[in-house]
Amino acid sequence: MEFRQATFRFGERTILSGLDLAVRPGETLVLLGRSGSGKTTALRLINGMLLPSAGTVLVQGRATTDWDAVQLRRSIGYVIQEGGLFPHWTVARNVGLVPELEDWPAERRNARTVELLNLVGLPANEYGTRLPKELSGGQRQRVGVARALAAGALIQLFDEPFGALDPVTRLGMQEEFLHLRQTLGITSVFVTHDVREAMRLGTRIGLLDRGTLVFAGTPAEFRGSAHPEARAFLRVLEEDSHAS
Amino acid sequence: MPLDVLQDLLEEGLPLLGEHIILVVSSVLLAALLAIPAGVLAVSRPTLRKVSLAFAGAGQTIPSLALFGFLIPLPFIGGIGQHTAIIALVLYALLPILRNTVTGIMGVDAAVRDSAEAMGMTRAQILRMVELPLAAPVIIAGVRIAAVTTIGTATIAAAIGAGGLGVFIFRGIASIDKYQILAGALPAALLALAADGLLSRLEKRCAVR
Repeated sequence: MEFRQATFRFGERTILSGLDLAVRPGETLVLLGRSGSGKTTALRLINGMLLPSAGTVLVQGRATTDWDAVQLRRSIGYVIQEGGLFPHWTVARNVGLVPELEDWPAERRNARTVELLNLVGLPANEYGTRLPKELSGGQRQRVGVARALAAGALIQLFDEPFGALDPVTRLGMQEEFLHLRQTLGITSVFVTHDVREAMRLGTRIGLLDRGTLVFAGTPAEFRGSAHPEARAFLRVLEEDSHAS
Repeated sequence: MPLDVLQDLLEEGLPLLGEHIILVVSSVLLAALLAIPAGVLAVSRPTLRKVSLAFAGAGQTIPSLALFGFLIPLPFIGGIGQHTAIIALVLYALLPILRNTVTGIMGVDAAVRDSAEAMGMTRAQILRMVELPLAAPVIIAGVRIAAVTTIGTATIAAAIGAGGLGVFIFRGIASIDKYQILAGALPAALLALAADGLLSRLEKRCAVR
């Protein structure tokens, strides 16, 4: 995955300008930034929900504008806050969505659904027939992750997935994320405004400030960054260490 | 009321009730066939949405007796009889169904729609598998409102020779006969209650539990 001078304009406003960034296989690139910094826009440029106004976004070496949008999205997982589950479908059907769209035979689809629900710690025989509203926020989030992984996509996009969770559940989900990443070897782009989350999960951090990438590097390098926006985020961490 | 009068009313009333039901069912069905697809199209097209809602809204402002009267002299769609009445009744039934279809689909959670798109669902799949099922209770509520009002309005259709329970009412008014009026009004009211109950149940069954 690679952004080459990717720019996105909406009407008169430039949401993202000249983004140059490559995502390496197996890494977790965290896009960090305040609200309105363009991080969700960058994420949506990857799966073709938005197309760049200028520049290119490459996925598996091919520009998103050359991909069939539906095929592109089915080969990329996407997790949003609260999972974005279909409230009228059972947990199992939600998880099996992309396999269903891809016309997998029922047997293979069911086996895959069971496997994934077990993987995220929600045994299919207990949770499969429930509706999303019968789950807790953290459980819904797990189902969202299972759904994103169902068709075996190696690229996963996370749009502030844990933003609505209480701090304890969030920490649990972050640990689980690290565990899943190690087990499955997925490449992910993770959007957050939470600098602690960025430091904990990112193998690399990209900092966006009003549509411009102002820093890209490892969490250790981020700590040493002198950029004012980076310092602003690092102050949050300093506050934490003062408190403890 | 003497027994033979009641027997006469029943004998004449059953066919009239049948006519009334046919008027209502065909009008509401036609209105739904027009308004639901129009609503679906209007959701993503603001201009069409404004124009269609304005058109359906304007239809409702015309007094029903006058609308039936206006339609009589029109070629093809006008004249005396059932089909003219159905055209007028469809016009009245459009607005609640159209408005509820638009409201119902637009009320679907943006996060759900977003994730449907992100999962690689086509536009048609999102409509069929996500938007319509989630909007169904609201759309059915629109059909229910349309059905209940149409049952009442259809009594006026008797004025242009469309038959139905209105025949009793108009005759009762002309001859100052309260039994005749009741013979038309009471079954119409019961029919409206029945339709309301039936469609309410369907609405609840479609709601996301």
